[in-house]
Amino acid sequence: MTSYALFLGCTIPARQPHYEISARKSLTKLGIELVDLENMTCCAPPPLQSVDLETSLSIAAYNICLAEEADLNIITLCTGCFESLSIANALLKEKKELRKRVNETLSVVGKEFRGSKEVKHYLQVLRDDLGLGRLKDSITKDLSDLKAATFYGCHSLRPSSLLRFDDPEAPRIFDDLVETIGAKSIAYRHKLRCCGGLLRGYADDVALAIARDKIVNTTKAGADCIVTLCPFCFLTLDLGQVLMKSTFHEEYKMPVLHYSELLSLGLGIDPKELALEFHKISLEKVLTKIK
Amino acid sequence: MLHGKEDKHSNSFSKEVANQLGGETVNFCYQCGTCASSCPVAKVTERFNPREVLRQLLLGERREVLFGDAIWLCCSCYNCQERCPQKVEIADVFYALRNLAIKEGKMPNIYFEFSAGLTNEGRIVPISKFLEKKRTEIGLPPLKPAGVEAVRKILSATGFDKLSRKKEESS
Repeated sequence: MTSYALFLGCTIPARQPHYEISARKSLTKLGIELVDLENMTCCAPPPLQSVDLETSLSIAAYNICLAEEADLNIITLCTGCFESLSIANALLKEKKELRKRVNETLSVVGKEFRGSKEVKHYLQVLRDDLGLGRLKDSITKDLSDLKAATFYGCHSLRPSSLLRFDDPEAPRIFDDLVETIGAKSIAYRHKLRCCGGLLRGYADDVALAIARDKIVNTTKAGADCIVTLCPFCFLTLDLGQVLMKSTFHEEYKMPVLHYSELLSLGLGIDPKELALEFHKISLEKVLTKIK
Repeated sequence: MLHGKEDKHSNSFSKEVANQLGGETVNFCYQCGTCASSCPVAKVTERFNPREVLRQLLLGERREVLFGDAIWLCCSCYNCQERCPQKVEIADVFYALRNLAIKEGKMPNIYFEFSAGLTNEGRIVPISKFLEKKRTEIGLPPLKPAGVEAVRKILSATGFDKLSRKKEESS
């Protein structure tokens, strides 16, 4: 069994228990042990990097130090956490001067970034630790009727030089993982374009206009659902459709679900155990296609 | 034409940005517009065009850039940064500009809220009583305590806590 320090972040435990429960159930069932460490904090994502980049890197480094002390690599669910922690990990391993300054800051809490651990996205863990073959063998349900529009979001892929997740212009990992569990990954226009989520709270109208493009394009392509990796993308696209109705007077009913939820369903976990009531757009259309 | 940090024509504002973490590559911009054509925000609103912000920056228009609306409209998707032929780290330049604007006391409310969440709870999204109850009902383990004391010490060591206080005073 592979063990990882689970980095939950802020949004998932506070807003999206359906993401957390599906990730815990599916990953554990596949033999990946998730260790909850005390004293982890926010990862210091773009909104905090906007306030002060070096402080944000220090906060991310503090969290990596906790995993280093526990002698565990980190697994992330939220793409924002993956980005913040990966950037800090890569930059501080690479840039000696920056690392010195950050370690001076961390000395006030008795920590030192050593650069001894890795930060992994759970898709990388599924592909590299478990392997596509074993993943396929674990699936007990038939998902072959399901046309899924994978949405990578931005911060799994970019900045690619620091994240090293996949080719930023032609990624495969997510599509491969969707097809391994039996669903069909479909092509759609502007697949790799942002959801606009980070503009929520500053320019809601702009954010919603960008999200609308995603819903329109996946609908036109005949998708049964959008599959997401990031709680912010999920919120922007799921709750976003409710806002599109009141703002643009356009009604969409595109189900949005996290990959861990689709995986849980494929593993035969009872939908009643997955807190699906937290979705704004009903998953009925998806559930009826899974046999 | 500008050719990097050492260029004798670069103005004091572009030097200031280049000395800021994230801003180091700004003077390599040659205004080709690949950023603007890759930008999802520029597709839907005229309020934002990354090439234009960089142009103002390179021309030394410090006040217009730092106190304007545009620097807050980058959605941090990094499309431009991936594609820039001059390897300008454009999304990071926007962080550098926001960091400078905030030092000058210009901080949109939403960023103040995130900073307050970090300082008060160690997490930027507070967990409600309803969600805590719900977590137990669906079988999730209790959330481990956040290292809020450590966060506060770090924020105080870097001066971050003073940045958010500045906003409190000015509002």
